[in-house]
Amino acid sequence: MDLELLTQLTQAFGPPGYEEEIRAVIREVVTPLADSVWVDPLGSLVALKRGTGGGKKTVLAAHMDEIGVMVTYVDEKGYLRFTRMGGISPLMHIGGRVRFADGTVGVISVERREDSSKIPALEQLYIDVGASSREDAPVQVGDPAVFMRPLVAQGRRLISKTLDDRVGCYVLIETLRRLGPTPDDLYFLFSVQEEVTLSGARTSAYKIDPDMALAVDVTMTGDTPKALPMAVEMGKGPAIKVQDSGMIAHPAVRDLLIAAAERAGIPYQREILLGGSTDAAAMQLVRGGVPSGCVSIPCRYVHSPSEMVDVTDVEQTVALLSAALAPA
Amino acid sequence: MNRDALLELLYMLSNTPGTSGDEIEVRRALRPHLEGHVESLRVDAMGNLIAHKKGTGAHDLRVLLTAHMDEVGLMVVDHTGEGALKVATSGSIDARLLPGLEVRVGPQARPGVIGIKAIHRADEDENVIPVSALTVDIGAHDREEALELAPIGTRITFATTAHPLGQLVAGKAFDDRAGCAALVALLQGPPLPCDVFGVFTVQEEVGLRGARVAGYTVAPAAAFVLEGTIADDLPKEEEGSPTSEIGKGPVLTVMDRSYVADPRLVRLVIQVATAAGIPYQFKQPGIGGTDAGTIHFTREGVPAITLAIPCRYIHGPVALLDPQDLEHTVALLRASLEQLTPEVIQRP
Amino acid sequence: MNTLELIQQLSAAVGPSGREAAVSDVLRPLWEPWSDELRTDAMGNLIALQRGNGAEPRPALMSAAHMDEIALIVTGIEKGFLHVHRIGGTDCRALLGLEVTVHGQEDLPGIIGTRPPHVLSADERGRIVPWEKLFVDVGLPHAEVVARVSIGAPVSIQRPLIRLQNDLVAGKALDNRASVAALTLALQQLRRREHAWDFYAVATVQEEVGAKGALTSAFGLNPTLAIALDVTFGKQADDNGGGTFPLDKGPTIGIGPNFHPQLVQRLRDVAKSEEIPTALEPLPGHSGTDAWSIQTAREGIPCGLLGIPLRYMHQPVETLALRDVERTARLLAAFTASLEADYRPRWEDEQ
Repeated sequence: MDLELLTQLTQAFGPPGYEEEIRAVIREVVTPLADSVWVDPLGSLVALKRGTGGGKKTVLAAHMDEIGVMVTYVDEKGYLRFTRMGGISPLMHIGGRVRFADGTVGVISVERREDSSKIPALEQLYIDVGASSREDAPVQVGDPAVFMRPLVAQGRRLISKTLDDRVGCYVLIETLRRLGPTPDDLYFLFSVQEEVTLSGARTSAYKIDPDMALAVDVTMTGDTPKALPMAVEMGKGPAIKVQDSGMIAHPAVRDLLIAAAERAGIPYQREILLGGSTDAAAMQLVRGGVPSGCVSIPCRYVHSPSEMVDVTDVEQTVALLSAALAPA
Repeated sequence: MNRDALLELLYMLSNTPGTSGDEIEVRRALRPHLEGHVESLRVDAMGNLIAHKKGTGAHDLRVLLTAHMDEVGLMVVDHTGEGALKVATSGSIDARLLPGLEVRVGPQARPGVIGIKAIHRADEDENVIPVSALTVDIGAHDREEALELAPIGTRITFATTAHPLGQLVAGKAFDDRAGCAALVALLQGPPLPCDVFGVFTVQEEVGLRGARVAGYTVAPAAAFVLEGTIADDLPKEEEGSPTSEIGKGPVLTVMDRSYVADPRLVRLVIQVATAAGIPYQFKQPGIGGTDAGTIHFTREGVPAITLAIPCRYIHGPVALLDPQDLEHTVALLRASLEQLTPEVIQRP
Repeated sequence: MNTLELIQQLSAAVGPSGREAAVSDVLRPLWEPWSDELRTDAMGNLIALQRGNGAEPRPALMSAAHMDEIALIVTGIEKGFLHVHRIGGTDCRALLGLEVTVHGQEDLPGIIGTRPPHVLSADERGRIVPWEKLFVDVGLPHAEVVARVSIGAPVSIQRPLIRLQNDLVAGKALDNRASVAALTLALQQLRRREHAWDFYAVATVQEEVGAKGALTSAFGLNPTLAIALDVTFGKQADDNGGGTFPLDKGPTIGIGPNFHPQLVQRLRDVAKSEEIPTALEPLPGHSGTDAWSIQTAREGIPCGLLGIPLRYMHQPVETLALRDVERTARLLAAFTASLEADYRPRWEDEQ
């Protein structure tokens, strides 16, 4: 496991629409590994590894953007109100920290409420950057920020912010590193804006016009106390998606992934995700339709500042992708 | 275009009826103001009005500008025995506004009213009466007459006639006839360095529909969407964002529920506004959606931004706006397009 | 094959959203004799082309009827019982006591059950059973179930078609196999008539989860215009106000922003001259059908919609009139045959 790379990936700034910093990090790593690298109009990064010829066009997508917040109002005293960029649950963030693009740090807190037994609404939270007035606040309406938490490796577990989906980006990079010769043209797509509209994957896939598309993202697990029942557990191997709330995996793609896992002796789980979707949902509907599927890394506490994955799951996801892409 | 001409255009467009899918009258109203100022004018399969204004050739850059023609309104879905019309909303209307209104029914613009049970006889209920329980009365004797005068599918709009009000102007459908007026004003000006497609879109209010097709058809390098947006600058219990404010200039979208504006275009517009001394404000992020929401994801992707005129009481029968804001929006749009070069949006 | 037999066969076919292959397999031999070309696209849409006799390049009419049905999916196995959730808008209020088929390694019969009311609190008894408390019981021990059923296995309703009075029928998946039947009949009728336009019959996939097959097939075919066929809300005892339509009084014609006004008028005119009763169905916004996706494909595609009135939608007792299926087919075929080679839907103000 290249912990240094994963750390760099998880810590780089990149809320939806503002992915320059993370894109530069990824671009530097993938450029020497690919035949061609470019950036699409909305900012997605694509690295093409050409095949030996006569094969298919396959897109593999992991999204570069992370959830965050955007300032909606600066009050007289310099406190900030904010809105979500992607799926944010107020409960997860009270007491946490955010970082703006220029490095300014803010603390998230909540108004005193009459009924403190209820979950506060996002409108009741605020960010304190330590300013004393609106005028000396170093941020303004429209500024985006991301959550702050360092990466910690503990035994076989990794804990960090933004494993969703920088661990997916990591898997793509590792897969690209290990790629052997294949007839297929492989497009490694590091997409933008997945957390808000899936627009990066949608438009980049339109341009590429592939024969097959695979997303690599995290998925939730059902193995925490009194969790919503779900047949995916951390540490039991990569999850092959059957369906989620935005998409039904093409049976042929799903079965191709299952066959690759069984051939290579990689443990896998079948995934049904009731709340949430991935870039595959958008890629599937591009042009005349693209058979699409998804390989997921089981992840606890998705969309919290401390997401958790298992190192073996991550490594086996790389192995599964490599096996699926290798010529039959 | 001077202020009087701009306001006359706004009043005329505001008074024209045109709900989603039924924008023909708005197209008819727009055409004479575009002919002679643009190289071509055509209507596409969805009803979008597409105007091509060739650039000077200074930049090889194709830009899409949009403003939507449709307004929120009602549609006749059934008739009662007493000759009243049962209706459903076309686009989202604040149902609290409907009781007591005068409306216009159908292509003949027949007057109608929305009345509810007299308070003397009504049960005490704080809840808003749902649209499904409201009816429009055009004075028909019975079901047969109602059916003949206003068959199923007939469109209904607010009855407001635009007029000045204090320092502001009042009228219906400023969302987005104000945007349409601004787009006309721009297209009537001299050619720009970039090649411009001005599209008056259909069906924004029911899902940003015409814009999606316009984005695909024009395939631009960048898009500017013109809107009439929420100004919530009324007294509130607690201090908070007004979303936008009348008189503070054109409203820039950084992010709403439908898309994230391209930061490079936001930076450009801010630079241009500052240099030209044009006031501007940011719309409260995370509220509402505009045609940019479907344009930005067409084909290979289109960097986009929304510029809006702040309006109070949009989606109601009478909206208010400040003529200065409308003028500043036209000026800011023109100046931004003049400064827009391929380098601004080039891919790194 | 008469209409009743056709509907029986189509209703019995198993095709949950995203897994429509079995329905496609039933349709192919039914469509093949009436098609010049027959193929399946990347997403699984079945597309039949019946060429027109006009000079090339010929305009094309695409008619779409979705072949997917709502169903259930296995999300977990506990003590040999299957946890399930919905595929599409399956109504969990109308599932208890139903017989189902679990499509695991092989097809297994099952029953949908829940804990009996005797052991529940008064409060629980009065509530609709949530998904977590519904189980599919296949009558096998846990180890056997695990060996034969995977997470993600689809579960379909077992409900042979029921004949009611007055040529009404009831069953599962009549949303939208009734329209697929109408499309099949239209294909047959058109073969026996002259038509200038090319006619594409498309059995679309994944309508119940977002009209996805319609979107991609419309992009692929890029037709000149499209007519979608779907079911609409039939008048029933507990719901007969606005937005519902009587059974056995003909199909509805959609009117609203999703539909080109000229096509709406033309459908009405053809219905009148063919003496087919119809009703206008006002749809001021999202039509909830394939037409919504088709209209904004590429540079925009003018659309029309025919609706077959159907009671108890999304329950395994969907009820409709056979004659309405036949009327819909006749209207579609007559409309298609009426299109002149140079006809194009226009706006009144176009130059």
